[in-house]
Amino acid sequence: MSARFAGLRNGLTLVVGLLLLWQILYLWTGDVALASPLATFRYTARLFATESFGAQVYETLRAFSIAYAISVVMGLGIGFWLGFDRLSGDALEPMIVSVYAIPKLTLYPILLLAFGLGLAAKVAFGVIHGVIPIILFTLAAVHNTKPILVKTGRVLRLSRWQMIRWILFPAAIPEIFTGLRVGFALTLIGSLLAEMFASQRGLGYLLMNGIGLHNVELIMSVTLVIVVFAATVSVVLLHIDRRLHGRV
Amino acid sequence: MSKVAWYRAAVIAGVVALLEALCLAGVIDKITMPAPHVIARDLWRMLVSGRMNAAIAKTLGNTVLALGLALGVGIIAAALLHRARAVRDTLDPLFATYYAVPVFAFYPFFIVVFGLGDLPQILIAFMLGVVAVIVNTLNGLDRVPNVLLKTARILRLSPADTALRMTLPYAGPYVLTGVKLAVAYAFIGVIGSEFIMSRGGIGYEISFAYANFDNATMYPLIVLILLASVAVNGLLGVWEQRLLARRGLR
Repeated sequence: MSARFAGLRNGLTLVVGLLLLWQILYLWTGDVALASPLATFRYTARLFATESFGAQVYETLRAFSIAYAISVVMGLGIGFWLGFDRLSGDALEPMIVSVYAIPKLTLYPILLLAFGLGLAAKVAFGVIHGVIPIILFTLAAVHNTKPILVKTGRVLRLSRWQMIRWILFPAAIPEIFTGLRVGFALTLIGSLLAEMFASQRGLGYLLMNGIGLHNVELIMSVTLVIVVFAATVSVVLLHIDRRLHGRV
Repeated sequence: MSKVAWYRAAVIAGVVALLEALCLAGVIDKITMPAPHVIARDLWRMLVSGRMNAAIAKTLGNTVLALGLALGVGIIAAALLHRARAVRDTLDPLFATYYAVPVFAFYPFFIVVFGLGDLPQILIAFMLGVVAVIVNTLNGLDRVPNVLLKTARILRLSPADTALRMTLPYAGPYVLTGVKLAVAYAFIGVIGSEFIMSRGGIGYEISFAYANFDNATMYPLIVLILLASVAVNGLLGVWEQRLLARRGLR
């Protein structure tokens, strides 16, 4: 209980500290470059009151949700396959790690040419960001399953499917969840980036619009909405993640 | 060659051959993607002609600068944070959720503050990389055995000497994990922000070529980035294996 309280206190200190830093930066740079925290909150509230903003948020969330669903299904599938098939896993894992390290933004033109402007390209871009960590964590989780569990399964003559359902999956859940958490963040980044370049709708488009119009309040409000959303979800996921890891 | 290496080579050859076949058969048309052999030829010509040298130099320079900053600041910050428990506990939630926040969302704001020069790109790359360095260095410092610290005390080393001669070298392999991530992030940060909005660099050239349907420039540049990042990653991986082997960890 006291540990949880300490976590809450640390979080609050951090938020207050960041707000203070923001205010100081504002006082230092002035109106041209920055909006004050208060002005940004007001502008954000007004944004939420307008009808079109809801539509933009919906557009972003839609692209993101589809991309995340595809990332999870593909990531778990490929991750389990590579985890089982030792040779494929050993051969492909370093390649997947190098793909992870390339600036995927530069692949964007290829995706646009292949999928055209619109939802499909956004989803595809989210997926190439999000699927890789899910594959890597799932693969590691399967490899790290305690051998005694697998041996027990073999003694019980479980089929391959039963082995996944009753032994590997439950044992791997904590680590897979870490992958899903990282994948969540990256899929969100991917879909937002896609919106920034070639899209007429969504939060990423609003950001680019803000730059074009030099509308500082708009840029800061949209950034605030994105950051608060990403940070909140990720704190919740992190909490679940730590509890799952504590259970084992 | 080992079985794994054969498998890997076969996968790469298979993918290239498949793309080549699809392009030659016309399933993928020329506007979408030129055949791999055409890309290779264009890449060779581009490098020989040297018309991209300025862009490549700019991107590499900014990446190295951002990486250096991220390493310097990251390692010093980690060494200080390691001694200041309260500050570290407060910053812990920030580190834990840091990579969930799209740092690129701050790029427009940096452009407004610092103008459209190199600084916003270097800052983005630095911000992406520095936390990976801090987190991994802290992780390494946490694992320094007490006996080393006691030895340092017996030898009456100053805090700075203890850090430089005992704890940081011990944390080496963990710091290297951070360095590997920081290299990847520095590349991603610089090229990504060049791509979003800038006045030069490889990322800018790619987006410029894209806007002009100039596949003969765009695809070779993309392949060049892929090759560079795979090569750098591979080299760091080899170094990491050597470090770990010397410690008897692998």
